[in-house]
Amino acid sequence: MSDMSVSALSNAQYDGSVQVADTGLRGMITLRGDLADKGLAKAVKAATGLGVPKQRQVLTKGSNGVAWMSPDELLIMVPYSAATQTAADLQLALSGQHALAANVSDARAVFRIAGAGCREVIAKLAPVDMASDKFAPGTIRRTRIAQIAAAFWMVDEETVELVCFRSVAQYAFDILVQAAKNGPVDFHLPKS
Amino acid sequence: MLILECPYCGVSGEETEFHAGGEAHITRASVGDDDQAFETYLFMRKNPKGVHFERWQHAYGCGKWFHAARCTMTLEVFGTYSAQTFTPPKALLAEIAKKRSGFEFEGGAS
Ligand SMILES: [Zn+2]
Repeated sequence: MSDMSVSALSNAQYDGSVQVADTGLRGMITLRGDLADKGLAKAVKAATGLGVPKQRQVLTKGSNGVAWMSPDELLIMVPYSAATQTAADLQLALSGQHALAANVSDARAVFRIAGAGCREVIAKLAPVDMASDKFAPGTIRRTRIAQIAAAFWMVDEETVELVCFRSVAQYAFDILVQAAKNGPVDFHLPKS
Repeated sequence: MLILECPYCGVSGEETEFHAGGEAHITRASVGDDDQAFETYLFMRKNPKGVHFERWQHAYGCGKWFHAARCTMTLEVFGTYSAQTFTPPKALLAEIAKKRSGFEFEGGAS
């Protein structure tokens, strides 16, 4: 791992009533295997300090996170510098099992959408009901934003984190900024 | 616009999040079958005005393939179910029969 690594848009940032920012590099490991397996849960715990999330849930603690991606896939998030080692540790812990841990950190871009209108910015781009009683912090949704695949979750009521492929990072940033720029439509009013 | 529920991740999404995979429950022709059987397997498809069983993939979501039963005329989705089956669940067939008198599941293309 080189110190020269940079995120796709070098921490690009847009400041409006809703802020859109490239969060910088993040360690991400795709883990595929039997999510009901105790050994897998133990390996995830050792890597992140977190448990195995339930269907469509995301668990976070500090800079670590575990997201449910499909019935046999988790996304493990750790600091970027720890990703290579964590992926190796996971693969070792699961050796002998039908499981795979792949370091995908450099294939991804991460954005933070922050502000009271963050639900509306996402709602303009994704075919997802962003009403506060339908999409709550702690839930992850894999879907599309405009024409690209993306996954997002809410860290809190005013912050969304979104991941997409690094190759489409500029497109993702541009449409997020455009959706933020156009201002609120007051459909998903923040809880006050 | 169809609203489909993915049986694997439980997401209820609109059709742009999915990829249509054509008619479901088609029996594959195999070694020893004649040309007619292969032609049927490869090319012959139902084109009903009414109940249709299809394969769909949650392409932008969890990536899994599943089955769906819908009406090609009204676009009503009767239900979705696991890909790991050769026939639709009995409960779903019963529900469709209640809504479409005379409906009977005919299996794959033949
Ligand atoms: Zn799904």
